[in-house]
Amino acid sequence: MKEFAALLDRLSYSPSRNAKLRLLVDYLRTAPDPDRGWALAALTDGLPFSFPLRRTLSEIMDRRSDPELFRLSRDYVGDTAETVALIWDQTQPGVDPTLTSDPAWSHRYSHVNMQGGATPLRLGEVISQLAHIDRALLGERLESWLDGLGTTERWALLKLLTGALRVGVSARLAKTAVAEMAAREVTEIEEVWHAIAPPYEGLFAWIEGRGSIPDVTQALVFRPLMLSHPLERSDWDALDLAKFWAEWKWDGIRVQIVSRCEKTALFSRTGDDISRTFPDVVEGCRFDAVLDGELLVVRDGQVAPFGDLQQRLNRKSVSKRQLEQFPAHVRLYDALLIDGDDLRPLPLTERRTRLEAWHARTSPPRTDLSAIIAADSKDQLQQLWAATRDASIEGIMLKRRASPYVAGRPKGLWYKWKRAPLTLDCVLMYAQRGSGKRSSYYSDYTFGVWRVSSSVQRELVPVGKAYFGFTDAELVEIDRWVRNNTVDSFGPVRAVAPKLVFEVAFDAVQASTRHKSGVAMRFPRILRIRWDKPAEEADRLETLLNMMPTERPIEVRVKR
Amino acid sequence: MATRLRKYSQFESWLRPDPSGLHCLPGGFHIDPVRPVDRAIITHGHSDHARPGHRAVLATRETIAIMQARFGPNAAGHYQESPYGQSNTIGDVTVTLVPGGHILGSAQVIIDRMGCRVVVTGDYKRRPDPTAALFQLVTCDLFITEATFGLPVFRHESDAGEIGRLLGSLQEYPDRTHLVGAYILGKTQRLIALLRAAGYDRPIWLHGALASMCDLYKQLGVNLGELALVKDAKSKLPGEIVLCPPSALKDRWSRRLADPVIAFASGWMRVRARARQRGVELPLVISDHCDWPELVQTIGESKAEEIWVTHGHEEALVHQATRMGKRARALALVGFEEEAE
Repeated sequence: MKEFAALLDRLSYSPSRNAKLRLLVDYLRTAPDPDRGWALAALTDGLPFSFPLRRTLSEIMDRRSDPELFRLSRDYVGDTAETVALIWDQTQPGVDPTLTSDPAWSHRYSHVNMQGGATPLRLGEVISQLAHIDRALLGERLESWLDGLGTTERWALLKLLTGALRVGVSARLAKTAVAEMAAREVTEIEEVWHAIAPPYEGLFAWIEGRGSIPDVTQALVFRPLMLSHPLERSDWDALDLAKFWAEWKWDGIRVQIVSRCEKTALFSRTGDDISRTFPDVVEGCRFDAVLDGELLVVRDGQVAPFGDLQQRLNRKSVSKRQLEQFPAHVRLYDALLIDGDDLRPLPLTERRTRLEAWHARTSPPRTDLSAIIAADSKDQLQQLWAATRDASIEGIMLKRRASPYVAGRPKGLWYKWKRAPLTLDCVLMYAQRGSGKRSSYYSDYTFGVWRVSSSVQRELVPVGKAYFGFTDAELVEIDRWVRNNTVDSFGPVRAVAPKLVFEVAFDAVQASTRHKSGVAMRFPRILRIRWDKPAEEADRLETLLNMMPTERPIEVRVKR
Repeated sequence: MATRLRKYSQFESWLRPDPSGLHCLPGGFHIDPVRPVDRAIITHGHSDHARPGHRAVLATRETIAIMQARFGPNAAGHYQESPYGQSNTIGDVTVTLVPGGHILGSAQVIIDRMGCRVVVTGDYKRRPDPTAALFQLVTCDLFITEATFGLPVFRHESDAGEIGRLLGSLQEYPDRTHLVGAYILGKTQRLIALLRAAGYDRPIWLHGALASMCDLYKQLGVNLGELALVKDAKSKLPGEIVLCPPSALKDRWSRRLADPVIAFASGWMRVRARARQRGVELPLVISDHCDWPELVQTIGESKAEEIWVTHGHEEALVHQATRMGKRARALALVGFEEEAE
């Protein structure tokens, strides 16, 4: 537990991604199996069991500590696991040391911090004992472990059992650390991830050159996606349209459907298994293929705005009502494998032919094919691009007809040509300190537009938050401006005088219950700092509302 | 109220809080008053305890020197030095100052009246500190204790261990400045002394706001080794230790340093949320106050039957003292800063 606890402790205080990555790599290199594998599981998909920890802890603490002191401590610390870890020294089984009147009482140094002479508790041992433990004995076992550990180890053990480490490490970052151990790409780890299970001894053996790559043929595994480059002006000028075709860029999320042998999984673009969130899509898919497409909400053949899809995302379980109101659908545009054939080396045109034939034959429900846009000339295509204002379309994809399916972001094969962003002049309202290298700068900005209620009354209502789009030199200037124009501060946030105008670019506007304005921008970034423009001349809320897609998302209540 | 007065009448008839602070009627003085008074006894130089404008001040030599350095020589009408252990008759009571162990010159105030003894701790800690005289335990009838860390979650690690973590980080990140936030008076000098005791003999770099108090400590005979000012540095100070007031940790000032590791030396660092709020990467649990076990230990060892608890987490400590069979109450004194430890 000691090494694992030290890792979590340092991760929780490290502000930068690189520092976290280094800590993870160091740990994974030095910690033995199976400890490191379980640590990796805890940082990614979680442990294969869960416990009623809150109840168990409260029973233990009732027994071992004064309820009033525990309550006051819990209120102050704000986290039960941490409170127990911190307070544990002050509790004793049966007797409370701080209650004794014996003057010779040595409260502090009597506490044994290691299991007397026994070997220190290891993470792997914790897991193997928990895997088979009788629930009724959990409290007793936990208590004896806590007695044998130091403060940080107690905290780490309890965090592990809560199932939520909250140390600022994403599953992807943890997988990246595994890749870094052997200077591999994270996509290689993602490709085998769904074929392996904790404690991942085979994975580490492969990474460390002691074993072969985990066998993925029998499992529903994620294949890393082929990604596109943003279309630059020079790319467009050099582009030979005869060698490319165009497809719509749908405003959903990229998914991969993997199905074989009566089993199906749906993966997000980073390889997270989201099948449980989308049973409506998964249940109709019974085939032998790996397909690439866009997950959308489609109602009566019409693609709904992204806000509707958001109602379905990031849920562990989905209600019948959500399934009915926000029916999911996958619009397919590529095939990696069909009926056991790996199509990835083939040119796009051939993959498409196979996909079309397969789809005509199989036609799984809740899927269709993304159409290829007919355009005879670049001029015509550019007009189409400029004219597109459909809510469900983000722009146009340009794909080289001869392109094989290559994982990662290969050059010159696929381009995304996002439609021109919407822009709006907004007024800076709040600034927040950044993190890591930006921790001494006010670099996260919340901005608003005017809501006019009468000829004399108007107020700023926040519509978005952005922390990029400006240069380092501009950041220094804005930071100085924020400090000189602060009217109030709350912790790391400063409210500023409504005087500075940002021209903000954003991809779309959608209904939001979070913002007072009732709307939120998608993907906002600072386009220009309008030092010259008076705040009174910034845009009004109506302008933003008029930019909303005409089809109003249903059942989203707007807070006034 | 009547019940409470009866319950505490033995002391409340002559010692009680008023809007200026803790007032001793037969002695005609206040202890650490928040408003100007005729006669003040000052436990130590922190600004929530020592304030300017009193007509007469009784304190240790070091506390007086600190007050004069902070508020100018005429900050009080008259100063009376009292060495530790010297009995001073004031009105109908005898007042003795003994070491509180908190910072240089800090004192507990012992008040003797007609065979009854009261100890007012001011701020105190039990463990040794190279920059402050060791806390002296005095048994008494009424013990008035502070409660800054009056919750059982607070347990300070060993100073040497925490300094070891700072030096360990310095080895691990030799290219980064180690910027340690520390309160100007007391914590800064103690950190420097602890670093020296751990064998760290490089110059220690200071934010300008820390310089004058370090100079004063030196004048008062505390050896701090070689100190330098960040503004005089020729480089971004990679691999060096820099001390600054907590407010400067995230200030623009820190941008002149080499990718600083942000550390903060305080008892509050025991709680993760407090460290994260301040963006601290290396929390050092080094405090000039007692932790919970020390508070509880001292309440027991004071032998007092009655315990009054002042600034901090009074509720939990009063509860604990009651569990120990003491008569205990929270003494609401105004003007003390919970955060400034």
